[in-house]
Amino acid sequence: MINSLLKPHDFPGRLIIVEGIDGSGKSTQIRLVQRWLESLNYNVFFTEWNSADLVKKTTKKGKKNRSLTPTTFSLLHATDFADRLVSKILPPLKAGMIVLADRYVFTAFARDVVRGCDREWVRRVYSFAPRPDIAFYFRVPIETSVQRIMMARQVLKDFEAGMDLNLHPDPVESFKIFQGRILDEYDRMSDDAGFIVMDAVASIAEQQRKVRQAVADRLTAYNRNPRIA
Amino acid sequence: MSQLQFFGKGLPYVKPQEYPGVLISIEGTDGVGRTTQTILLREWLEVQGYGVVETGWTRSPLIGRAIAEAKLGRTLNRFTYSLLYAADFADRLEKEILPALRSGFVVLSDRYVFTAFARDVVRGCDREWVRDLFGFAPIPHLVLYLKIDVPTLIRRAISRGMVDFFEAGMDMSLGDDPYDSFKQYQTLLTREYNALAKEFSFHLVNARMKPERIHERLRSIVSDFFAQRKFHNWQVPADLDHSNNAASRKQKPFPSSENLPVVTP
Repeated sequence: MINSLLKPHDFPGRLIIVEGIDGSGKSTQIRLVQRWLESLNYNVFFTEWNSADLVKKTTKKGKKNRSLTPTTFSLLHATDFADRLVSKILPPLKAGMIVLADRYVFTAFARDVVRGCDREWVRRVYSFAPRPDIAFYFRVPIETSVQRIMMARQVLKDFEAGMDLNLHPDPVESFKIFQGRILDEYDRMSDDAGFIVMDAVASIAEQQRKVRQAVADRLTAYNRNPRIA
Repeated sequence: MSQLQFFGKGLPYVKPQEYPGVLISIEGTDGVGRTTQTILLREWLEVQGYGVVETGWTRSPLIGRAIAEAKLGRTLNRFTYSLLYAADFADRLEKEILPALRSGFVVLSDRYVFTAFARDVVRGCDREWVRDLFGFAPIPHLVLYLKIDVPTLIRRAISRGMVDFFEAGMDMSLGDDPYDSFKQYQTLLTREYNALAKEFSFHLVNARMKPERIHERLRSIVSDFFAQRKFHNWQVPADLDHSNNAASRKQKPFPSSENLPVVTP
């Protein structure tokens, strides 16, 4: 079978994605990349997971009455991703733009496996997704991520904490166990996914400097005004 | 013998267990009389004392509505189309089909994953991808395939005066009028179904026959299958014939309570 995640894509655009657990600072970093590339007059398109609303109502309902199973949870997110891919990611890629994605298929690889889905199955479900040109993984210890989240908004959402998995009655403890397993999954896929692993404990500026360097290195062959189909 | 076999790895988080029930799927394109036959089959089985649970494509309480809405808005691409149907199926599998099989029911599935195998490939999805997607689905014990030729199907659809937008595959731009589109879509679909029939040993039933005749054929296939599988080899008397003498009553004993399927709410 053709697994497009395993080989570079043929689109004239470039796909840059960030991954990491909640509180890793990945969203901050990708925003800064966006500002930087825009200031250099690149055509940039930003997209984040869960921005599509095709299945929003259903996942909301399922979460509320706890009727989602690991498989339905996974498939609904895959539907959401496919919708986002076709409507938001592929058009700018085909048009030769730089797409910045806050979370990509690797989020599903980690989360769905922790929830109990088969590792190989999840990868096959998402095998229609193009391989990113650059994938940053912001690696952070659980304690740091918890601190950051608590500082910012004080509450952990049930599903981020994996409360439905009955790991621990306390949301913070549950979050630590759940996100710890997510971290293990990210580590495990790091090589196959071709992650550039970032030390997400370092200062924002220090991380951004390294991120920009990595992006600059990999955009050398990029033509910002390609002939498009 | 009462373990289930799966197309792929099944559901890793569900522990292997006994499934004394029987999973029967009824396949065939739209307009072959699938739903009518499912109702008749259910009635016949229930009269004999079998517990029956019916399930059908897009009927999950969680996702069925989302599919209907998405179709209405015509916002589905080939991936979201397949994935939403897979989600709907997964929901019904875990909430309806597996619990029923665990409790010894006969599950009658009006369409099954074969519908996705056929449709999604016609809609341009990779064959292997669709199969992998449904790797969590159990392989049915029996597949009843109502087979029909496209010309007959077309005439039936026209007589009914309604060809559903998606049934006609109009969204695939196969032809610029409903007739051409329907014909081409159903031709491609039938080709896929026929290939699946071979691959998965479907029991073929000629759907051009009258509904009563089709039902007779289905009865005999199901009876043979139950006999071969020794599924519930007791019988509840179908009538209240008091003239039965003691000897014949002995041949048709009431099921003891141990043999009855346990129903869990």
